[in-house]
Amino acid sequence: MSEDVDLSRRHFLGVATAVTGGVGAVFAATPFLASWQPSARAQALGAPVEVDIGKLEPGALLKVEWRGKPVWILRRTDVMLERVRETDAEVRDPASEQPQQPEYARNEYRAIKAEILIVVGSCTHLGCSPIERFDLAPADLGPDWRGGFYCPCHGSKFDLAGRVYKGVPAPLNLPVPPHRYLSDSVILIGSDTGVA
Amino acid sequence: MSSSEHEVGQMAGRREGGFNQWLNKRFPLDSLLRDHITEYYASKNLNWWSVFGSLAMVVLVIQIVTGIFLTMSYKPSAAEAFASVEYIMRDVNWGWLIRYMHSTGASMFFIVVYLHMFRSLIYGSYKSPRELIWIFGMFIYLALAAEAFFGYLLPWGQMSYWGAQVIVSLFGAIPVVGESLVEWIRGDYFISDITLNRFFALHVIALPLVLVGLVAVHIMALHEVGSNNPDGVEIKDKKGPDGVPLDGVAFHPYHTAKDLVAFVAFAIVFSAIIFFAPEMGGYFLEHANFEAADPLKTPEHIAPVWYFTPFYAILRAVPDKLGGVILMGSAMILLFFLPWLDRSPVKSIRYRGWMFKTAVALFVVSFFVLGFLGTQPATGLYTTMARIFTIVYFAFFLLMPIYTKLDKTKPVPERVVYHG
Repeated sequence: MSEDVDLSRRHFLGVATAVTGGVGAVFAATPFLASWQPSARAQALGAPVEVDIGKLEPGALLKVEWRGKPVWILRRTDVMLERVRETDAEVRDPASEQPQQPEYARNEYRAIKAEILIVVGSCTHLGCSPIERFDLAPADLGPDWRGGFYCPCHGSKFDLAGRVYKGVPAPLNLPVPPHRYLSDSVILIGSDTGVA
Repeated sequence: MSSSEHEVGQMAGRREGGFNQWLNKRFPLDSLLRDHITEYYASKNLNWWSVFGSLAMVVLVIQIVTGIFLTMSYKPSAAEAFASVEYIMRDVNWGWLIRYMHSTGASMFFIVVYLHMFRSLIYGSYKSPRELIWIFGMFIYLALAAEAFFGYLLPWGQMSYWGAQVIVSLFGAIPVVGESLVEWIRGDYFISDITLNRFFALHVIALPLVLVGLVAVHIMALHEVGSNNPDGVEIKDKKGPDGVPLDGVAFHPYHTAKDLVAFVAFAIVFSAIIFFAPEMGGYFLEHANFEAADPLKTPEHIAPVWYFTPFYAILRAVPDKLGGVILMGSAMILLFFLPWLDRSPVKSIRYRGWMFKTAVALFVVSFFVLGFLGTQPATGLYTTMARIFTIVYFAFFLLMPIYTKLDKTKPVPERVVYHG
């Protein structure tokens, strides 16, 4: 008999069933969504790497791989350091205020030791790897170019401290990875605490 | 609807009783054929613009069949993928043909779909009561874009790799959650074997299922309201005593006969590309992709495949990461709103005024110019041009409510007409 039906009870039961089912669906979806996170093996392969820079000449750039990304180690000459100071007015974040580096690299040259620049060579725009262009005032980059890194994908420019120039698509400076010196010439990239 | 009016087994040329009757008592084969093929009435004045829907279905079948055979020899791992594609090209019997059909099919899919969408644009096929057909169609377009993107990573060449890197990084522009979202999509700290393997799964099973489902609802919605025509006249408003629209002719054999001619023409073009220019000068298969992926070295010049270049040019036109991503996304999303942006009382371009015609012409020009710019390096003059045509592209949509309202329209005839 339809007049005997308690519609509000039916409505309550309907909603309660839907909510319970919905909670169940969220729980059931969790393992599938979480399975997309980096796996234990991917995390292990992302472990820190040790680099010996004893043989790195002044002005030379060493590229190493950490977590599948290029990490650049550049031994800057005094001239290069001077050029870093000269670009202060042309870069977006000259004082490294954005959290693109650990505290110990938040200084004028974005490095623990001024001459050794260590940055992840992956453009902060869309992840291409910029090209080192240490030549002064080349035809394609203009007369004001003081040497740095140029991204071929979308034209972002970075100076010799990995700081991004104004007016390019990349929003942030190249990130300085966590790192520490194990000895004078051996650097651990990917970790700045504990024992390697 | 019409199924109930017919006795089971009365279809032309079919014997009553026997297997046919047995079958139709258990599965509505005849009524399905009637509803969607032999007694689906579309306007008699449909022109060549109307063949691209059928052609898109043909290409979908080509992609599914060739795709199935490619998976039989392809290895979805970073160590083996590139070599397995070379193996398909060199060692698998007819492997080169199957792969070229698939790679050419991808580009042809977009050509056909873009023309199909353009047809809707000029004849107002997205306007009431066909808004949902348009929206389902837009979802098909997005699913197709995702399908193409995931598929492009699989050969694991340089362009595959860096294209994926750039597109996945777009999500990094989203404030707060961006970076963790990117890591979640990749499943690693970079585009790796893990990313390749999951893109393979999405490309061969998840998105094809979505695509086929969307195509089904697209056609169901179309057959509910009926096809538009070059006059934008609702043929269902004028029906004969038999309940059939006066200007309608059955999809089969009348429209299928024409679609078959279009298919032959398509097959000639398709074969010519496969046999004589499968790379299409670097537009269908990019040169940089003949080199295996190197996560440490970006190619000097990277550009997406041609069908994404208009949107890529918009992305690059903005000197701001988040701004560029938002604008590129909007360039696609705005299309969804076409049915409501267009305030014109008439559907077809035949009865619209000069404003709409000019706007469509400018839109087409901007789409082609942006498409070209997206393949070129983003420097000086090209960036300026990209900005100008990005403005034109957006003006087409954002000003549409104004110019379609102001535009002077011509009277629409009662019934469809032929234009010699």
